[in-house]
Amino acid sequence: MIEIENIQKSFDDKSILKGISGVFEKGKTNLIIGASGTGKSVLLKNIVGLVKPDVGVVKYSNRDFTNANRDLKTEIRREIGMLFQGGALFDSKTVEQNVMFPLDVLTTAPVDEKLDRANFCLKRVGLENTNNKMPSELSGGMKKRVGIARAIVNNSQYLFCDEPNSGLDPQTSILIDNLIKEITLEYNITTVVVTHDMNSVMEIGEKIMFLFEGHKLWEGNNSDIAKTDIKELNDFVFANRMMRNLRDS
Amino acid sequence: MQLAFIHNLGKYFVFMGSLFTNRESFKTYFKLTIDECVLIGVNSIVLVSIVATFMGAVTTLQTAYNLVSPFIPDYVISLVVRDMTVLELAPTIIAVIYAGKVGSSIAGNLGTMRITEQIDALEVMGINSSSYLVLPKVVASILMYPLLVIIAGILSLTGGYLVGVLLNIMSPQDFIFGIRDGFNPFSIQFALIKSVAFAFLISSISSYKGYYTQGGALEVGIASTQAVTTSVIAVLFADYLLAQLLL
Ligand SMILES: Nc1ncnc2c1ncn2[C@@H]1O[C@H](COP(=O)(O)OP(=O)(O)O)[C@@H](O)[C@H]1O
Ligand SMILES: [Mg+2]
Repeated sequence: MIEIENIQKSFDDKSILKGISGVFEKGKTNLIIGASGTGKSVLLKNIVGLVKPDVGVVKYSNRDFTNANRDLKTEIRREIGMLFQGGALFDSKTVEQNVMFPLDVLTTAPVDEKLDRANFCLKRVGLENTNNKMPSELSGGMKKRVGIARAIVNNSQYLFCDEPNSGLDPQTSILIDNLIKEITLEYNITTVVVTHDMNSVMEIGEKIMFLFEGHKLWEGNNSDIAKTDIKELNDFVFANRMMRNLRDS
Repeated sequence: MQLAFIHNLGKYFVFMGSLFTNRESFKTYFKLTIDECVLIGVNSIVLVSIVATFMGAVTTLQTAYNLVSPFIPDYVISLVVRDMTVLELAPTIIAVIYAGKVGSSIAGNLGTMRITEQIDALEVMGINSSSYLVLPKVVASILMYPLLVIIAGILSLTGGYLVGVLLNIMSPQDFIFGIRDGFNPFSIQFALIKSVAFAFLISSISSYKGYYTQGGALEVGIASTQAVTTSVIAVLFADYLLAQLLL
């Protein structure tokens, strides 16, 4: 479980996050949704510690991460896996080396053990026989899979995904979304997914936080999301014709 | 403008400091540094060799062309070529080539890693990305660049020798005599001190430019170009400063 309390962040006097609080539950795929530019990625970066909030606290299972000393920070970081928007695979390393990398730097396990674990994770995300490929040889969907394998390889307790299906076709998107959801259930981890994609929301949104211009405007799940009278949320949900048709029918 | 310069300079020093905090194990760095050394060698050896050989050849030709007086013995030509090569041409001109080849590649590499979030990925894993990525590049440069300068010096003199002897400008004996005459061993030391300083400046400035790239592919290109320009200016400035201090 991750708790965030009153997270505020400005860049060059421009306020991006204006006090966001909430809880991300264990064993669930927690979504952060909102239009582009509302600060979803910035919030995620605050949570994983890539950016330090100006005000506010992030707690991982009741451990204060924001004000932690170096040892505790390192301890928590070892439990974090993150899938980045473009995959962020190291382009000078093969698929196998990419997936093994967190084990190389975070553990002292022997090589064959690390290799076994990397292969297990690659298999789990549906990638076999790609071990020696370079990231530039992979399709967008495959990159995301490798990114997921790398994020879970060190038995992460917390999985973060920034726009896991951006740049993917609708079918691959749903495969990736479901893979994330399955892994979350299977390993009973806390997963936080940032997305602006209504398909993902309907597919895997069991706990959703809606951001608008740096504020949290709404919280709920995918069965409630179409039933609110919050204008900003309705504009977001019904931006697409299919959703409008569903509502009107 | 001045404020921006001071701001950048301060940020650069903080960046340099971050290379030495919270590091990985020695073994990790050792392997990364060897990889960088190989990369630098492969990247620059051909161009450096070609430039150095021609540099020596042309300097010999032009010196011979300018020293037509019958009172000046032939060996003075190779003496002049030797002093120019060791003191200035090999360490400084090759530094400009090095900035263009290795500096731009460092900035491009780090810039790409920044905009594709590879640097963020390292940071999330708790790795000090600046130290992990940059320290091996700086150390490898400091190890490799003096070697390149030595090779360049030897090739430059070889180029001079070939032109001098093949075009019958002077006899082989005269050339060798001129190379040895009044040789001050400190000039080699001075060249190596300069090499280390230039290697540090080029690799660290290029890393700094690449590491703080913001935006997209266009900005990576701009960072590469800026890395070259800024490091060349820093090298020339340091060249002047070192000459003032040490000669
Ligand atoms: N490092 C930064 N420095 C300055 N501004 C930033 C930085 N990161 C993000 N921003 C700004 O914060 C706002 C929100 O960005 P972001 O969180 O990426 O949006 P999104 O919700 O689409 O993920 C944008 O206006 C962006 O320009
Ligand atoms: Mg984003």
